[in-house]
Amino acid sequence: MTPDSENLDLTQKEIKEPLLSPKPKGESNWQIFSKGIILENPVLILMLGLCPVLATSTTARDAAGMSAAVLFVLLMSNIVVSALRKIIPSQVRIPVFIVIISTFVTIADYVMQAYQPDLYKVLGIFVPLIVVNCIILGRAEGFAYHNGVGRSILDGLGKAIGFALAIILMGSIREIIGKGTWFGMSVSPSWFRSNAVLFFGLPPGAFLVIGLLKACINKIFKREG
Amino acid sequence: MNTPLLAIIFGAIFVNNIVLMRFLGLCPFFGVSTRLSTAIGMSSAVLFVMTFATWITWGVYHLVLVPGSVILGGILPQGLVFLRTVSFILVIASLVQLVEMFLKKFVPVLYSALGIYLPLITTNCAILGVAFLVIDNKFGFLQGTIFAIGTALGFGLVMVLFAAIRERLELAPISKSFRGYPIAFIAAALVSIAFFGFVNMFGISP
Repeated sequence: MTPDSENLDLTQKEIKEPLLSPKPKGESNWQIFSKGIILENPVLILMLGLCPVLATSTTARDAAGMSAAVLFVLLMSNIVVSALRKIIPSQVRIPVFIVIISTFVTIADYVMQAYQPDLYKVLGIFVPLIVVNCIILGRAEGFAYHNGVGRSILDGLGKAIGFALAIILMGSIREIIGKGTWFGMSVSPSWFRSNAVLFFGLPPGAFLVIGLLKACINKIFKREG
Repeated sequence: MNTPLLAIIFGAIFVNNIVLMRFLGLCPFFGVSTRLSTAIGMSSAVLFVMTFATWITWGVYHLVLVPGSVILGGILPQGLVFLRTVSFILVIASLVQLVEMFLKKFVPVLYSALGIYLPLITTNCAILGVAFLVIDNKFGFLQGTIFAIGTALGFGLVMVLFAAIRERLELAPISKSFRGYPIAFIAAALVSIAFFGFVNMFGISP
């Protein structure tokens, strides 16, 4: 559920209580939308859903494909959960959320397989694995279950844009240094492209880039950890 | 696919290590690897659940979902493969609940050792990821079991290695903005480079 599992016995409690800001009633629509992009960025600040961020950010194009799938699933699951929030009994809400989320994941999976087969081959099992992405279940539980459809759409959009921003930033850094291209377009002199730092396209490069990015963010926001 | 079993197990532990090469199960990797004891507990729970989950999901897929299957083949000849994602996640979630209740009632020693890790495992993408990989690689039952055990051992290996590093890191003088996650990521990058040495060993490439 949460990467910060220092206190393991807290996990049970966390499942019952929403992850963050349960009922932000006093917030304006703009705040709901913009919070997910920078201040509560799901990836770079809260460190949620790291697996797809590291695995599918080899190039900017893969990252954009992954963000599109996450945007669709997050938005649709937020809409359906908030629309059905009065009908879903709270005892069985988590299984219901999982069924709703996996329905949209299956749709995204098949659409991508049909229309973007090359992209699908690269993303591999990470498309069906969106179903266990903590960001999406976290928003269903922490926001959509307590708020109306309109606000949930704004929240879903904001968080999805925050996710996309982080993963495309990662993908861009890794593609520009690792291949000398950006979204497949050449952005560097040919001597660099033939001697590009392959390391950044490989798994260790992903760990290094996100570590340095997180350190920069800690410096800018004066945070620790 | 007829990969030899030895290649499957070595490939799953070293060459295609689940955490460092496939990027699955990163949440427990960074969350629980701060102490050696918790790392070992988590890895044993993963080994336990991953093997069971692979059996059950393999059975669900090959006996129920595929076209012309044993159980539903007569009624639904076209199969229910599109229900793969939803059925796997529900089966795994109920399996974890069942294992938890079973251990609590019949094997309390094991429950007190692994109990707290079990709820964390339901949302662990490594378990579901391995279930999908077994299907995608067209493994048979025995190959799937070996693959799941090898993957869990590979997870345990990096968890234990990394816990040792994390214990040392806590004492190291690290500049303020690098403390916590950033330095853990950079340490993971270094361990991952070391695991690149296994590429092409045993004739297996990632």
